[in-house]
Amino acid sequence: MASDTSKRSSYFLITPMALIFAVFLVIPLLTIVVVSFWDYDEYRILPDFIFENYNYLLGSSVTWSIYLNTLKYAALTWVFTLLIGFTVAYFLAFHVRSLTWQIVLFMVCTIPFWTSNIIRMISWIPFLGRNGLLNSALINLGIVDQPLEFLLFSDFAVVLADVHLYALFMVVPIFNSMMRIDRSLIEAARDAGASGFETLKSVIVPMSKPGIAIGSIFVITVVMGDFITVRLMSGGQSASVGLQISNEIGLLQYPAAAASAVVLLITVLLIVTALLRLVDIRKEL
Amino acid sequence: MALLTKTRERRPTSFYFLAAFFALFVLFLYGPMLTIFILSFQGENGGLTFPMNGFSFHWFGNLFEQQAVGDFGGSFSRSLKLGLIVMVVTVVVSFMAGLAFRKRFRGDSVIFYLAIASLIVPSILISLGIGLLFNIVEWQPQWFTSALGAHLTWTFPFGLLIMFAVFNRFDPSYEEAARDLGASNWQTIQYVVLPMVGPSLIGVAMFSFTLSYDEFARTLMTAGALNTLPLEIYGMTTNVTTPVLYALGTVTTGFSFLVIALALGTVAIMRRRKGQKA
Repeated sequence: MASDTSKRSSYFLITPMALIFAVFLVIPLLTIVVVSFWDYDEYRILPDFIFENYNYLLGSSVTWSIYLNTLKYAALTWVFTLLIGFTVAYFLAFHVRSLTWQIVLFMVCTIPFWTSNIIRMISWIPFLGRNGLLNSALINLGIVDQPLEFLLFSDFAVVLADVHLYALFMVVPIFNSMMRIDRSLIEAARDAGASGFETLKSVIVPMSKPGIAIGSIFVITVVMGDFITVRLMSGGQSASVGLQISNEIGLLQYPAAAASAVVLLITVLLIVTALLRLVDIRKEL
Repeated sequence: MALLTKTRERRPTSFYFLAAFFALFVLFLYGPMLTIFILSFQGENGGLTFPMNGFSFHWFGNLFEQQAVGDFGGSFSRSLKLGLIVMVVTVVVSFMAGLAFRKRFRGDSVIFYLAIASLIVPSILISLGIGLLFNIVEWQPQWFTSALGAHLTWTFPFGLLIMFAVFNRFDPSYEEAARDLGASNWQTIQYVVLPMVGPSLIGVAMFSFTLSYDEFARTLMTAGALNTLPLEIYGMTTNVTTPVLYALGTVTTGFSFLVIALALGTVAIMRRRKGQKA
């Protein structure tokens, strides 16, 4: 009887969240799947059941090169955010000794996350531009005689901005995993004669794997679906899957955009499923 | 032995390398922001890059002229209102869901995986899906309907995960004690649970407000006829070529910092009060 009322109260408490997810996540995603089989002309979308959108999408060599490009951004961003995130988290977790300082330095890393992504991208312009700080410095130091053109509006700029925006997604989960490592294990490794590097390799890295997996999921999925960074930082010279979808939306070719979206979603889910084999998310909270 | 000498232990050389790396990382995070902060005070004839051509508040004044940069005031107030609505809804709904998840119920893992899915589905898909849905059922997208829903799919996962982290470390014996003393369910929540999880709810509030206030991709197809601030800023990046862009960046970033400081300050005060009582 008592457990009956408590069950009922659980259902009552979860209803608002369940409803919002149903209306604004599940139904919209199903809508995308349905519309991806629809037809369209210049003015409207027409209910139908055709495979034309997929045929066109998967048959076009442009699609494959866009996917390749997007995967390249994702892979590069992943490598850099992982190296940076792991090093920063390792420093915070094992070299900063007081909890107060750990919290303060952690907050210092976190605060930019709560500001506008677009503004953070724009803020690279005076730094990387043709007459920007970096070029002026390089010229003044005599390292180059001509301003470097590849700094802004290039693949370099896209990956730099992605790393800048999303490095935190690696720092937080890896730091979280590292803070759970029992310090006596590290003492034990040291007592057993392990060097600092050996301890890192055989104790800390394996035990940080859940954090690394969660961080990787975040970074890879966000870069795979991104379109603003690519558009702003490549200056319209590069493409990504997200950008292709956003262009199709701009041209009101919704069924084509929907088909691209379905393929992107499947790609992302495959990557995530592969990464989830390494970690049980629910245990990590 | 190691414990006794811990605070006096000499720092290894690796510490200094890592500290330098960390300092560079912080510079990497804040450096660009600092550059546009300085450049937003560019003189009237100055451009988008250094050198500074004098010092002025010209570009800040420019922000509030309608014709110079579109509708800054209107989009700012819409983003502010939307952020506040998202914040209140996220705090209440996540708290309720957090309470629900303390017991097992049928479908709990469905909701959990929906939250994770909501976090990893690319934002543009949410935008496209909601836009299409509204299009098909012929509802007019509005910032306070479709964009609100789109933002909630982004803030709920954060709210729920924070609540999980809180309730996993929450000792239920306090509630049992309250009930033994005759407190009703609602009294237990009001006088026992809420004060204990209060600081975390402030965290959820800050997360949800700032995430909504800065959200671009999920707003793209869902905002309807009137722009939110990020959409307005994005529009500016393609057609504004003066430091007014930086002035806008400085103002909105300053506003975000204000919100963060307010949230952290509130948490600090709550912690101190609790410390005094104990």
